[in-house]
Amino acid sequence: MLTLDNLILRQNDFTLRANISLAHGSSTAIIGPSGAGKSTLLSAIAGFLAPSAGRISWQGQDITTCAPGKRPLSILFQDQNLFPHLTIAQNLGLGLSPRLRLSDKDRDTIAQALADTGLTAYAQRKPPQLSGGQQSRAALARTLLRNKPILLLDEAFAALGPALKSEMLDLTGKLTTDAKLTTVMVTHDPDDAAAFCPNTIAVTDGVAHPPCPTQSLLASPPPALRAYLGA
Amino acid sequence: MKTSLMLAGLLAATATSALAQDKPVLTVYAPDYFTSDWGPGPKIEAGFEDICNCDLQFIAGDLLPRLLLEGDRTEADAVIGLNTDVTARARATGLFAPHGQDTSTLSLPIAWTDDTFLPFNWGETAFVYDTTKLANPPQSFQALLDAPDDLKIAIQDPRSSISGLALLLWVKAIYGDEAQAAWEKLAPKVLTVTPGWSESYGLFTDGEVDMVMSYTTSPAYHIIAEDDTTKAAAIFPEGHYFMTELAAQLNTTDQPQLAQAFMDYILSDAFQGMIATANWSYPAIIKPGFLPPQFADLPRPAKTLFYSEQEAEEIRQEALDEWLTAFGR
Amino acid sequence: MADRIRSLIPAALAAALLAALVLGTLTAVTIRAGGLGGLSARDLSAIWFTLWQAALSALLSCACAVPLARALSRRRFPGRKLLIALLGAPFILPVIAAVMGLIAIFGRSGSVNDLLQWLGLPTLSIYGAHGVILAHVFFNLPLATRMVLHGWQAIPSERMRLAASLNFPAASIRRHLEYPMLRSTLPGAFLAIFLVCLTSFAVALTLGGGPRATTVELAIYQAFRFDFDLARAAALALVQVAICIAALLVSRVISVAPNFGAGLDRPSILGLAPRTIWPDALCISAASLFLLTPIAVVMMRGVSGLAGLPTTIWQATTTSLWLALASTALTLAIALPLALAAPRHRWAEAAGMLPLTASALVTGTGLFLIARPYVNPTQLALPVTLISNAALCVPFALRILIPQVRGLQMDYDRLAASLDLHGITRLRYVTVPRLARPIGFSAGLAAAFSMGDLGVITLFSDGQTQTLPLALYQLMGAYRLDQAASAATLLITLSFGLFMAFDRMGHYADPR
Repeated sequence: MLTLDNLILRQNDFTLRANISLAHGSSTAIIGPSGAGKSTLLSAIAGFLAPSAGRISWQGQDITTCAPGKRPLSILFQDQNLFPHLTIAQNLGLGLSPRLRLSDKDRDTIAQALADTGLTAYAQRKPPQLSGGQQSRAALARTLLRNKPILLLDEAFAALGPALKSEMLDLTGKLTTDAKLTTVMVTHDPDDAAAFCPNTIAVTDGVAHPPCPTQSLLASPPPALRAYLGA
Repeated sequence: MKTSLMLAGLLAATATSALAQDKPVLTVYAPDYFTSDWGPGPKIEAGFEDICNCDLQFIAGDLLPRLLLEGDRTEADAVIGLNTDVTARARATGLFAPHGQDTSTLSLPIAWTDDTFLPFNWGETAFVYDTTKLANPPQSFQALLDAPDDLKIAIQDPRSSISGLALLLWVKAIYGDEAQAAWEKLAPKVLTVTPGWSESYGLFTDGEVDMVMSYTTSPAYHIIAEDDTTKAAAIFPEGHYFMTELAAQLNTTDQPQLAQAFMDYILSDAFQGMIATANWSYPAIIKPGFLPPQFADLPRPAKTLFYSEQEAEEIRQEALDEWLTAFGR
Repeated sequence: MADRIRSLIPAALAAALLAALVLGTLTAVTIRAGGLGGLSARDLSAIWFTLWQAALSALLSCACAVPLARALSRRRFPGRKLLIALLGAPFILPVIAAVMGLIAIFGRSGSVNDLLQWLGLPTLSIYGAHGVILAHVFFNLPLATRMVLHGWQAIPSERMRLAASLNFPAASIRRHLEYPMLRSTLPGAFLAIFLVCLTSFAVALTLGGGPRATTVELAIYQAFRFDFDLARAAALALVQVAICIAALLVSRVISVAPNFGAGLDRPSILGLAPRTIWPDALCISAASLFLLTPIAVVMMRGVSGLAGLPTTIWQATTTSLWLALASTALTLAIALPLALAAPRHRWAEAAGMLPLTASALVTGTGLFLIARPYVNPTQLALPVTLISNAALCVPFALRILIPQVRGLQMDYDRLAASLDLHGITRLRYVTVPRLARPIGFSAGLAAAFSMGDLGVITLFSDGQTQTLPLALYQLMGAYRLDQAASAATLLITLSFGLFMAFDRMGHYADPR
């Protein structure tokens, strides 16, 4: 269980409160108007922003002060998910060993992950030589190699075309279900939330509300969300 | 980081081990120029080590500042290469012992009675020019002042250069209270003021200036080493300023016999006979054969100007102020 | 938190070393002098002259660098890379050789005046305050150009592509791409050059024409050597440090970080350059003439005598090469931690700039006073030379590294942190590869600088170790000007060779 216990986040004069629990293996979307604090919330979970009060815990263990890389999670950003000067294989390798000390078994694992994501032919290429979709798949493959129980997606596929995006979401859904990951996804597309996440956190008016079933939330949104959804 | 420190250590270690010998060591402080292959240091070292059964080690650098900073904890046993403009301050440290030489045997154009600082070579200030380019050089200092302003000269800054300071005292010795007016006449002809002698002389050999503030002995180098007779020093009837380099021994030395032997060596025939071409200046004692003929043929000024240590110390600041004021206009 | 503090230890050590070297030595001299001395009216005018000539030199260097760097960044022609490298040469030229070259071109009997005379035009004189400034622009235009050029190249090609696709007119490119880049690059370039010119000594004197062009550094020299007035020397040195700190504070207010966002290392695109080529061509030709002919003249002069150089010159050369390599390693060891800490910790940058403010004379004297009670200073000749050489190179390395580090951290810090990349691994797989070019460039500068530096703080001189520049000066001092010219040719060749080698290595190591 991922718990945000009376969390208060401050950035300049912006404040966001959250008191939320997410079940192990669940998939949850975060939606809300621009600037409401969706990414801020994700940054705090990922460890890039220290909360001014409250605790973040995973399976009862307090991770509030853990360094980002030491948390039981992987994160995919909208871009800059790969180091452009390293090969795809090396980028994936970083998911297994941050020191890039890879055993033969590690190499097999990487080859398997590349195969799973259809990137076998691109192992020795560098990211700039790949298409956007291929880059996204490589980044996703790495999060699987990292084998962390939580996956955070910060509008990860927003730059992709609709078909490619839904393909990526399907792939992500399949892989995360297989691996029983707890997934949290920031999105600005209600359809993504509806398709991918049973539950959704609405972030409005400085509060991250506890997750509600996505279908009912979208069907009868609270007033602050209604304007954003344009319903 | 590690490798560079190791390298430094290695270099330092080889430097020291090369010096380590069983013989007693005489440490002599000398100016920067002294110890290069083209300075007089190596010849002096070889000559003295032939007779002393010791190891003479020169430490080249800021001679007097270093002594002043070290005081009586200095490791120097002797110093060589001091100039007359710093002897007052050097004497005031109380660090020096008498040299014990008979100064009446010296062949200097002035009387030398100092029992602490011993001259080992000397020369006089002069403006040097190229006879093929300057057909009618000024015949006197006054003629130089009166020369048209397109005659360009290079001089040295008295605040950073020994020869620059000598020029300051030269003008003061000739013009006295009129020194500032003299500088004001000279200033338009000064193309530039360089920090040291080398830069000025470089400007001269590059043909950038017509005359350069240097020494009466400068042409000797060109004649002897380069077989070039086109460089000459303009000799002025007003007189030329005397410059000498000095040696002394320290009373704090732990090698008093060696230090004394070094003082004796300085006035020996071996030393005096080689210094003319080693340092391109006149020996302190001139005996037959000490001067190469080309040296002996150099024109000599009829009159030599010199301020005693105290006089120089007293007028230094005033002369500098006049110089700065003249150039400030 | 503990990790964060631990990661700052190398930077803190480097900063402490530099602070001790600059401020510690100044304190030692002040204590020995029994306090600070009063300043005379002449000292004040020296301070004033120093300030305005430094400001004007920096301004002119930056002003000329912008069109030159723009021309170089947007045009492609055969030999462009070589030309860019060559145009960096004056910055790493030993002062004495550069002054020789400038005089050969702009001097009273130099080529420019020959030409003017032939055309029946009035001649010009290089000697005076304008000569000092001309020399400073000659030395520092390359630095400014390289810094601005780096800025131009750092604009991600994605942004340029966007501008091209939007069919931006020149004014819009200026406003949206070039101006923000210059806004973040120029203050740093100005500051670096201002500080270099602040402590200039030899140039100011030889081309200054007379005592009106007295700099603070010369005033310190005078107080120390002519008056033996340590108290006044210390006071002047303190003024120099104060000016530098004030300049740093001002630049802190002015400077902003570039914010272009990350690119994907796509190859740079052209097509934004205006069709008319001649303004750029003119700019590049004029700069090449100004920067390269003086060097060419000095080089040519000494070539014939190279074979006839005495053997000790070759020993001195070997020593100088070793010193340069060791000092380069030390420079990077100090500069890299500081550069990595600088974007988040202002003290790191400030400490890195300190060596620029130091008076070599006061630093040397202070070190001597500190070391003397414990060791024989002559035994420290090499370490002291190494450390002081390296320290002097750190500010330049920092100026080159910091903007790139800032970009690197903005683009990849979160990714690296989320992957738990840290310590040596991060240095090896992210920091060094991404910074290969600026590191190579910094190393090249450091090596060339150390090669051309006189290298011996004379109070520590052991009279044995001879470096190539020292030999050059001694040759000049012994009337051997022809051999000195050959030594200068050798020195320029080696300085430039070292610079090129490291700079190329940086490009080669860049995995992009």
